[in-house]
Amino acid sequence: MTAQTAPAPVKEPEHSAPEKRSWWRDDASESMRRNLGLVGVLIALIVVGIITKPDLYSDGAWVRSNIFTILELASVIGVVTVGMTFVIIGGGIDLSVGAIIALAGVWSTTLATQDLGPGGMIFCALAVGIGVGVVNGILISYGRLVAFIATLAMLVAARGLAAQLSDKQTQVSNSDFINGLAANDFLGVPVLVYILAAVVAAGWVLLNRTTFGRRTVAVGGNPEAARLAGINVKRHTLLLYALSGLCCGIAAIMLTSQANSAQAAMANLYELDAIAAAIIGGTLLSGGRGTIIGSLLGVLVFSTITNLFAINNLSTEVQNMVKGGIIVAAVLVQQVQFKSLSQFFAKNNKITTS
Amino acid sequence: MKHAPDLSRRRMLLGGAALGAGALLTACTSNEPDEPSGGGAQTVAAGSNGNAAPGEKVTIGFSAPAADHGWIAAITKNAKAQAGTYSDVEFKTVEAGGDAAAQRAALQTLIAQKPSIIVLLPHDGKELNAFGLEAMEAGIPVVNLDRAFPDPLAYRLQIKGDNYGMGVSAAHYIIEQMKAKNVASPVIGEIAGMDELELTQERSKGFTDTLTQAGFKVANRRAARFTADTGQQEAASLLQALPKMDALWNHDDDQGIGVLAAITQANRSEFIMVGGAGSLKAIQDIQADKSVLKATVTYSPSMASSAISLARLIAQNKGMSDLVELQVPKEIILASETITKENASNYLKLGF
Repeated sequence: MTAQTAPAPVKEPEHSAPEKRSWWRDDASESMRRNLGLVGVLIALIVVGIITKPDLYSDGAWVRSNIFTILELASVIGVVTVGMTFVIIGGGIDLSVGAIIALAGVWSTTLATQDLGPGGMIFCALAVGIGVGVVNGILISYGRLVAFIATLAMLVAARGLAAQLSDKQTQVSNSDFINGLAANDFLGVPVLVYILAAVVAAGWVLLNRTTFGRRTVAVGGNPEAARLAGINVKRHTLLLYALSGLCCGIAAIMLTSQANSAQAAMANLYELDAIAAAIIGGTLLSGGRGTIIGSLLGVLVFSTITNLFAINNLSTEVQNMVKGGIIVAAVLVQQVQFKSLSQFFAKNNKITTS
Repeated sequence: MKHAPDLSRRRMLLGGAALGAGALLTACTSNEPDEPSGGGAQTVAAGSNGNAAPGEKVTIGFSAPAADHGWIAAITKNAKAQAGTYSDVEFKTVEAGGDAAAQRAALQTLIAQKPSIIVLLPHDGKELNAFGLEAMEAGIPVVNLDRAFPDPLAYRLQIKGDNYGMGVSAAHYIIEQMKAKNVASPVIGEIAGMDELELTQERSKGFTDTLTQAGFKVANRRAARFTADTGQQEAASLLQALPKMDALWNHDDDQGIGVLAAITQANRSEFIMVGGAGSLKAIQDIQADKSVLKATVTYSPSMASSAISLARLIAQNKGMSDLVELQVPKEIILASETITKENASNYLKLGF
């Protein structure tokens, strides 16, 4: 593929369609409208925060540090969700992400690994992440296991191995470099936020500006058509799970640095958080559609809710109920608002103009 | 076809790299410290009183859940180590598996081996109550460790920690410190453990009850999940919610690793922190006195060692030598002790 034809050629014709359609009803900008909806939710949450805690929000320095707290809270899940978004767009699902983080985190904090220094720890976390992802990929693409089953099995097995390696103990990280990732700022912005931004940017480029990304959408949309078009679907699926594993490896380092430690029970239920964030970000669970920015916004909505509940001293139970409600509401709103509502307006428009 | 050799070379390189990475990774799984440490199990030194003298041979059966938490791991380790100190004890342990049903099945095989006595940390006291009754019926005394059976007929001895008392001790320490600093209405934070567990509720109740008596209240309470990463997340949120704090109680020292990490990351140091359970790292931190952690209230897995000692006495039909009674009492609730910088050195050997 040459450079000129690379960016989203599929959607081009609709933009230049002769009949004038407002961007609101334009199919191509549908994902942008979804994202705007999520930005609206985010703003609403922050407004609720301002109303309920005006004393805190009146302090500029506090607001600044609160934004970074929300971003840091979102950073680990955000990185996982980027990988998850690729897997889901490619028509799969990865239930093992939390377990991979635990295994990679535990593996990279064993005493033997810590002796190798931060470089060795980072290498171990990334290699374990990719390795487990590759095993998932081989099982699913060449072993013909259903993704749900293969990654569910990996969830159990990887946590088991992590518990075995760590002897069920919490392994404290003594590396100043690793622990510093979460504690240090660079130019006033926490290092973890840079990592999140870098992973999101890389994911966006990979999905929207490379053959790999186009193929991912094609494989997820219709694997048979993709195969007939000459895409090696099996190898591509394998690569998607390896990519998700890589993201988990990065997330494991981030989480280890945040908690200054790793243990087999860490990153519990992160798979559900990542899937939920991707879904409310507009990624289709059956594959073929989704955006990285949408997923990031999904993660931010969740971490903003967590923050909002914390500063108002509300219990985690209420928070979980609200989270569940928001997942359902987000999907419902997207269906209603962006399909029927635009059709409804289109119909109305026709009646009034004709 | 021209590309074929290229491809195979690339594959060779890739394969070689993967193998190398694999070899390096497998080398990284070791957790053996470079210099041998003391083992760290908590045992009662034998030989100080008459009960330590070898007596009748007894077989102690033991079962505890296979948990992913440092505290339970310490329970099993302590029990084994304590049994090892007695020449007249044969120690039989069965894997309890992942849930109450698995533990019940494992215990059936233990009963079949006819041990003199069974020491049991059940997954759930209520669910394994029936097993306790059955074993007692069969003439095998049961020592319940920490998670109580509702039915008094289901156990010979119950030894457990004091969750309510932990909250009380933590609150007492905080009240004392606040009075010493002349803080009239302190901002107090609490980071609890898993909120759905009864023990967490008891701890929080003890904490708030005691604070209320002193006219203090908890300004913000977050519940983590006994793991360091959740501790860090909840602590980060709590610190954000309370820009200025005077005292913080964290229920569990394992999750405290994450709580302390969050405090360092947020650059906060204006408050004092009290921990819970009494892990070795927490005790060392308190002794070093370089962080906000000034004290921890115990919920020590040393109770497993005591349970084995008492089980031996029950099986040998002896009493506790310091008491007048000729039999071991039926119920023992450990006091929750407060470890501070002053007494930390005494507790180092009890840290897990």
